[in-house]
Amino acid sequence: MNHRVVVTGWGVISSIGHTAATFWENLSKGVSGIAEATALPLDQLIQKIVAEVKDYEPTKHFEARMLPALDRASQFAMIAAREAVAQSGLSLEGGLAERTAAIIGTGAGGQGTLDENYRKLYREGAKRMHPLTVPKLMVNAPASQISMDLGVRGPTFAVASACASATHAIGLAFQMVRSGGVTAAIAGGTEACITFGPMKIWEALKIMAPDTCRPFSRDRKGLVLGEGAAVLVLETLEHAQARSADILGEVVGFGMSADAGDLLAPDVGGMSRAIQSTLADAKLAPTDIHYINAHGTGTAANDVTETAAIKHVFGTHARKLAMSSNKSMIGHSLGGAGAFEMVATLLSVRHNLAPPTINYLGPDPECDLDYVPNQAREMKIDVALSNSFAFGGLNAVLAVRRFT
Amino acid sequence: MPDVTADVIAIIAKKLPEPRELKVDDRLEDLGLDSFSEVEIIFDLEEKFDLQIPYNSNDSRLEFETVGQIVAAIQKLVDGKPQ
Repeated sequence: MNHRVVVTGWGVISSIGHTAATFWENLSKGVSGIAEATALPLDQLIQKIVAEVKDYEPTKHFEARMLPALDRASQFAMIAAREAVAQSGLSLEGGLAERTAAIIGTGAGGQGTLDENYRKLYREGAKRMHPLTVPKLMVNAPASQISMDLGVRGPTFAVASACASATHAIGLAFQMVRSGGVTAAIAGGTEACITFGPMKIWEALKIMAPDTCRPFSRDRKGLVLGEGAAVLVLETLEHAQARSADILGEVVGFGMSADAGDLLAPDVGGMSRAIQSTLADAKLAPTDIHYINAHGTGTAANDVTETAAIKHVFGTHARKLAMSSNKSMIGHSLGGAGAFEMVATLLSVRHNLAPPTINYLGPDPECDLDYVPNQAREMKIDVALSNSFAFGGLNAVLAVRRFT
Repeated sequence: MPDVTADVIAIIAKKLPEPRELKVDDRLEDLGLDSFSEVEIIFDLEEKFDLQIPYNSNDSRLEFETVGQIVAAIQKLVDGKPQ
């Protein structure tokens, strides 16, 4: 028997706020988290703008003795998970710890740790590396640290699918809760990629915007890297109701696909199949969808291809629904992006408010849908999708519905 | 003085799916290049000529249509380089 899957908590640490509440407040006001990097050697970078988590002090969140084992990506994930679990009121006592999963997506794990240690080794001639370097940078470190921090003893692992990692992670958690494999899941994504080495390799792809991120807009120049984490608590409806939890929304469908085509170029067919399989999984008709939280990276290729996929799947309804990109404000947090966007999608349903796509200058002939330009919009949103499409041709889409 | 034309053609030719002779008036969109060939070509050109090429793939189609336009752009950057 399938269970209904509800969301009872969320946590966010982002470039526009260190809690889910401030994240949403700023997202709905169109506040940008994008600015010149503060922690990078700007004279050695072409790409100088990023969406950093600002005013972040690790020691406010962690005992100093813990920090040598915690990469920034793990720290963000733990902070978001703590907030999500606190909000949900979930207690893992009485056997629930064994029936709870922790599934965290990340594109590349502890990149800052790798970067710092290789710099010490190759440039400074260090004779030895810190003994916790391996467990600090491993891709599963955020999931493992959440498990240890909160006492989660059920299925715990990382999901890596580049820019779709968090959406794949939340989708797997949804399927596990729905099937009854677990009763609850702590799922989301994290990334901390704003360090010198990763910035240089992103520069090399020649897809970074020098000015700002303008998804779907004319004169858009590409993506801007972001960082942070977002984590959700999912559980069966029965369990949430039995403990009188505040139910924030319902997850109703998940779909995945692979392009099996180009390594980098997005594909209308692959995106469309992921969206269609999500609708089928949720037993929704295309006309049921009011709002789409777009992947919307701000690159020439993604935004045109995503627009074409929406038209392909939704037909005439494509012109009736609204679609916006959070990346215009928080940049692209790679493996964490889908989790920010899933929280935002659920909040959009909760508040009947579509956050804007900011920095929008005007239509591109090939991007001619309603992207909620520059100003948030109050509108009826009962059912919404969140899209994530990754390098390597990996696509993942989640569907959410107002809980009634 | 490096032979910019020959070097640029050799760099692009390495990325072709099928070996063939390249000419300056060949159109890039007709070459069957992968999505990532263009950034690899830019990288190879930057390495070969020790240049920083101001290039963003989000508006690439506006800048280069033919092999010859790349040759001309590289020649301009090479000529403008401090000796």
